Amino acid sequence: MQATTIQPSAQGSSAEIDLNQLKAIASQVRRDILRMVHGCQSGHPGGSLGCTDYLTALYFKVMKRQPAFDMNGKGEDLFFLSNGHVSPLFYSILARAGYFEPAELSTFRQLNSRLQGHPTTHEHLPGVRIASGSLGQGLSVAIGAARTKKLNNDDRRVFCLHGDGELQEGQIWEAAMFAAHHRVDNLIAAVDFNGQQIDGSTEQVMSLGNLRAKWEAFGWKVLESNGNDMEAILNVLDEAIKASGKGQPVMILLHTEMGYGVDFMMGSHKWHGVAPSDEQLQQALAQLPETLGDY
Amino acid sequence: MKKYNYTEKKDTRSGFGAGLLEAGRKDENVVALCADLVGSLKMEAFIKEFPERFTQVGIAEANMMGIAAGMTIGGKIPFTGTFANFSTGRVYDQIRQSIAYSDKNVKICASHAGLTLGEDGATHQILEDIGMMKMLPGMVVINPCDYNQTKAATMAIAAYNGPVYLRFGRPVVPIFTDPDQKFEIGKAWMVNEGTDVSIFATGHLVWEAIQAAEQLETLGISAEVINIHTIKPLDEEAVLKSVAKTRCVVSAEEHNRFGGLGDSIAQLLVQHDPVPMEFVAVNDSFGESGKPDQLMKKYGLDAEHIVKAARAVMQKKK
Repeated sequence: MQATTIQPSAQGSSAEIDLNQLKAIASQVRRDILRMVHGCQSGHPGGSLGCTDYLTALYFKVMKRQPAFDMNGKGEDLFFLSNGHVSPLFYSILARAGYFEPAELSTFRQLNSRLQGHPTTHEHLPGVRIASGSLGQGLSVAIGAARTKKLNNDDRRVFCLHGDGELQEGQIWEAAMFAAHHRVDNLIAAVDFNGQQIDGSTEQVMSLGNLRAKWEAFGWKVLESNGNDMEAILNVLDEAIKASGKGQPVMILLHTEMGYGVDFMMGSHKWHGVAPSDEQLQQALAQLPETLGDY
Repeated sequence: MKKYNYTEKKDTRSGFGAGLLEAGRKDENVVALCADLVGSLKMEAFIKEFPERFTQVGIAEANMMGIAAGMTIGGKIPFTGTFANFSTGRVYDQIRQSIAYSDKNVKICASHAGLTLGEDGATHQILEDIGMMKMLPGMVVINPCDYNQTKAATMAIAAYNGPVYLRFGRPVVPIFTDPDQKFEIGKAWMVNEGTDVSIFATGHLVWEAIQAAEQLETLGISAEVINIHTIKPLDEEAVLKSVAKTRCVVSAEEHNRFGGLGDSIAQLLVQHDPVPMEFVAVNDSFGESGKPDQLMKKYGLDAEHIVKAARAVMQKKK
């Protein structure tokens, strides 16, 4: 069995890590997600699987992180998860990135766990800087952290992730207006654009319209990418970083597939918040190589 | 009985403005945010001296709370400013998740609380804010009584690490506390000692309680007046000590009788020392337009009503 965590270098993420290694990490993260959700028969596997590639790229390649967690995060890149229901993904990423032992993933959603159903700072889990779950709040928080970085003359960046259904919350658009007006250009936001939410497709439930045009009209630099193709993700993040620092906040529309990586979970909103059975878990794990050792 | 006089009247929101400026001078991490009410919140002096430390968010209070929470990451101490209504009910979930549950060092500073906002009427006169804020785990709730105390409280909360709700008001009211007072969070202030009835008052009602005590004295009643500027954490020791002596209580606040200071005191007393109690508070209703003093009289929040409550509660003493 290989090491269960990827120790970040002194600079945080490893610049040397290659595409195949990132894909291998993503495979393990997907296994963790499925096993965590199966273990407690609760949680949100669909969106977690869909965003796995993006968070893997961010944490293991792109973000400059300090190895030890500090709430203030001075001098390092920060990430805020706004769509807190993809907590299994976030927890797996944090554990595999070395913030805590992967063994703790087995406590997900159970009594007395630091791995609450939705992420929280209240249990002092390293890597989490804000509670999320009630949707629409994380963009404002990320903007606040980005403002403080500027006040502190800290030239690192702030990243955040949102669900597409989450964009139906009004606070998102308050924050969108603010970020452009105040030229929050050290912020790179992303939307998990999978077109699905609990009650069905976003088209059926509450159409998002032309998202690119909407964010552009609000004054953002908008980029788009396949969110399940590691190479495309690295390219768009490279482009996003080049676009930052130029007076505009940056938005990446990540075209993802809910449930990506598990054939029977893809292409439907059905797996938004449903746990796999024993048999389904085995079917799913058979599609995902164990690369870092299961927790 | 100690006599309180005043030579000047000022609004408590101006005390906040003055305190914010001082807090900003003391600690470079103090930053301020406002949702299009800079003049009403008296933030101009801070903005003039520290323009780079001020953030105008426009009419978007939910976003303001989230940004404030985010700004703490990296060590800033954000003070948000808007009316009490928009500081609480409008943004309750943002405060709950991003500030209180996330343990963020944000100071929610709320002006125009209660009926004394006056002519704008019930849409703006929040009477439920203390209740909402005190129910949040870890939230400190402060409602100072005059300009000097509001200034001192503003400076004190900057030095305290944790979320705070600071409530103040619009009208000019007598300044009767010490300009150099040391404000201790959670420590009640003994305004006047007495033996027959305990009057626990907060905010604008403290001055009314002082007036009431003077009237009661002429009736031969010795009223103890205690200023509960910090509603949470409640100074339980001060309340119980006073009640042990007087054996009956009047609470006085510019808030709905449900969820306010009176509730907190009643809960404490029921558990430790049940005694008769009267509540001078708004009786589960919304406010309306009018002059502040007209409204306080109509809704029963003045010295006259405190006197009445004190006499009534003394009748119930065993």
